[in-house]
Amino acid sequence: MFELRGVTKRFGERLALAPTDLVVPSGRTLVLIGPSGCGKSTLLRLMVGLLRPDEGEVRFAGTELTPERAEALRRRMGFVVQGGGLFPHLNARQNAAIMAQYLEWEPSRIQHRIDFLAQLTKLPTDRFGRYPVEISGGERQRVSLIRALMLDPDVLLLDEPLGALDPMTRFELQRDLQRIFAQLQKTVVLVTHDLGEAAFFADEIVLLRAGRIIQRGTLEELLRSPADPFVTQFINAQRPPPSLGSAAP
Amino acid sequence: MSHGAPRHVLLYGLVALTASTACRPTRKSIAVGSKVFTESVLLAEITTQLLQGSGVPATHRQQLGGTRILWEALLRGEIDIYPEYTGTLAQELLGAPQGLDLGDLERELLQRGIRLGPSLGFDDSYAIGVRRDLAARLKLRNLSDLANHPELKLGFSHEFMDRADGWPALRDRYRLPQRDVRGLDHEVAYRALASNSIQATDLYSTDPEILHQDLVLLEDDLRHFPRYDAVLLYRAELEQRMPQVPLVLNRLAGRISQSEMIQMNARALRDRIPESEVAADFLRRTLNLDTATRRVGLSARLRQNTEEHLSLVLVSLASAVVISIPLGILAAKRRRLGQIILAVTGTIQTIPSLALLVFMIPVLGIGPRPAIAALFLYSLLPIVRNTYAGLTGIAADVLESAEALGLPSIARLRLIELPLASPTILAGIKTSAVINVGTATLGALIGAGGYGQPILTGIRLANVGLILEGAVPAALMALGAQAAFELLEPALVPRGLRLK
Repeated sequence: MFELRGVTKRFGERLALAPTDLVVPSGRTLVLIGPSGCGKSTLLRLMVGLLRPDEGEVRFAGTELTPERAEALRRRMGFVVQGGGLFPHLNARQNAAIMAQYLEWEPSRIQHRIDFLAQLTKLPTDRFGRYPVEISGGERQRVSLIRALMLDPDVLLLDEPLGALDPMTRFELQRDLQRIFAQLQKTVVLVTHDLGEAAFFADEIVLLRAGRIIQRGTLEELLRSPADPFVTQFINAQRPPPSLGSAAP
Repeated sequence: MSHGAPRHVLLYGLVALTASTACRPTRKSIAVGSKVFTESVLLAEITTQLLQGSGVPATHRQQLGGTRILWEALLRGEIDIYPEYTGTLAQELLGAPQGLDLGDLERELLQRGIRLGPSLGFDDSYAIGVRRDLAARLKLRNLSDLANHPELKLGFSHEFMDRADGWPALRDRYRLPQRDVRGLDHEVAYRALASNSIQATDLYSTDPEILHQDLVLLEDDLRHFPRYDAVLLYRAELEQRMPQVPLVLNRLAGRISQSEMIQMNARALRDRIPESEVAADFLRRTLNLDTATRRVGLSARLRQNTEEHLSLVLVSLASAVVISIPLGILAAKRRRLGQIILAVTGTIQTIPSLALLVFMIPVLGIGPRPAIAALFLYSLLPIVRNTYAGLTGIAADVLESAEALGLPSIARLRLIELPLASPTILAGIKTSAVINVGTATLGALIGAGGYGQPILTGIRLANVGLILEGAVPAALMALGAQAAFELLEPALVPRGLRLK
């Protein structure tokens, strides 16, 4: 679905991403993981075109992602950030429907889509009339997810979607997300710094450090044959270490 | 349009729109101007009523400001006539510090299209006054006589102590021996004179205090002070346009004596009789002319001032809103251009309001137009800055989400960014409105009317009632503007942003 070739990104003097190649296969869930500042969020923003690569190219579904094409291509991607990034002046329904309304969908079509997504994400229907400050953190993430899925995109890009939630809500939403990913069969790229979460969602994990991909593989591969001592260090730093094979909480 | 009025329309690009309508309409009525002091207002009022009484439609544009403003307005034809003093003409306006004789003065003026009208009959220059009893006892008649009394204590206004033709020059000219000479406030000097703690002070030769304190002016026998003969100036083209006007004006030639002027100043300043009545009395007594003066009641004055003030504020504020919000958006979107926009609007704010008003005169003349342009410029910064701050202060995750949805930038601005910035923008407009209402009172200085009119008159006449007649409604209007925006807020700020 995504193909990155020789993609580099600098912020001033700092190298955020060294020349990187990455292919994201269709219909699978890829998790980008690594310590703060490793370049995982930068990589995700390059995919959705919020950042322009300094060098190299990003291709989405075979098309190069250029600033001119970005708008059209983004409508085939859903993007969810930590905290939800909801528009505070719009209620949940308006947040979810903003893009469909901009594209002048029929009201009945919008309503059907929202009904379907509300069921999928288990968001109580009375929440739709409320403003972001009037609903809980978990509900905000569900609204954000509905908004991202509104146009039925090919991929879902999530930047630490559960990072700001309390453990109980997080636990609940993790299971719901996993079910949703499985049900929708979409390509998912998820950024997290939590290895447990990565293992829970991932078909494959990409571990980054200081702007470079250190290793790509399943959690088992990362444990069994680390490409670098850092891989083991990173895994050991996550306490308690997840036990192989039963990573699900 | 007269020569010498630079049309730097491009220089004031932002006001170019209003400037295009600045060409003077051909007035049917003669406009008489006056400066912001009582004697000038009285003389202009006499002139206006005389013209009206002679069948010439005339209006009095009261207390337009200082010498420069009146002079420019006369050159540009925004007023046709105003009272001036020969000394001021020569020194301040024609740049001849030594003074000019009447022939030279007439020639210089005519080159600028201005006619030196009739001399009114009195001279308003600096003079030195002493109490009548003291003058009698010491036989003081001339300034030269002061030289025989080194023991006298002198107190002069600070301005007189500093002026080139003030105390130092006077002392040298008359070889005055007094050692006890101090700078005093004018009011204090009169009291000191009354209590005999000083024996002589400087004053204007038509100052009503001369009458009130029973003072004697010492004759300037060595002709130290330049002459400040009161004259009427008018536009030479009037001789063709309305040939009867110069004839009417000539009826005032030599009619106002020094003591008459002192009397009239005293009645206006001390007895608080409206200038229009003092002027009407004078015309009745000396020219046997009955002019109907109507007293305008408080409520009618208030209504007129309110209308004028409101239109200054509304027009300038509305145009500022229309221009500032796009400027603020531009500043937020193009950071480098934004720094320039913020710097320029910030710089405008540092120009003293009076100076800004005066800068506008060469482009827009006198009256409401330059005042509106100046108020417009003053209203820019708070709105531009708040628009900028409102837009740049939006949380990054919200902006990213909007962009990642695939909304084009115009749609993001309209649907997301402006609504989110709306409380801040509204606060900026509120600030501008309150500042605008206050600053608009200065518009009266350049003939824009409004609440500044009674304030100016009140300051001139030391009449607190009149000052309050302008200041209280201005304060109420500022509060009203504030309240109006509070009421508008629910309609302009999305509900989601008002929840806490």
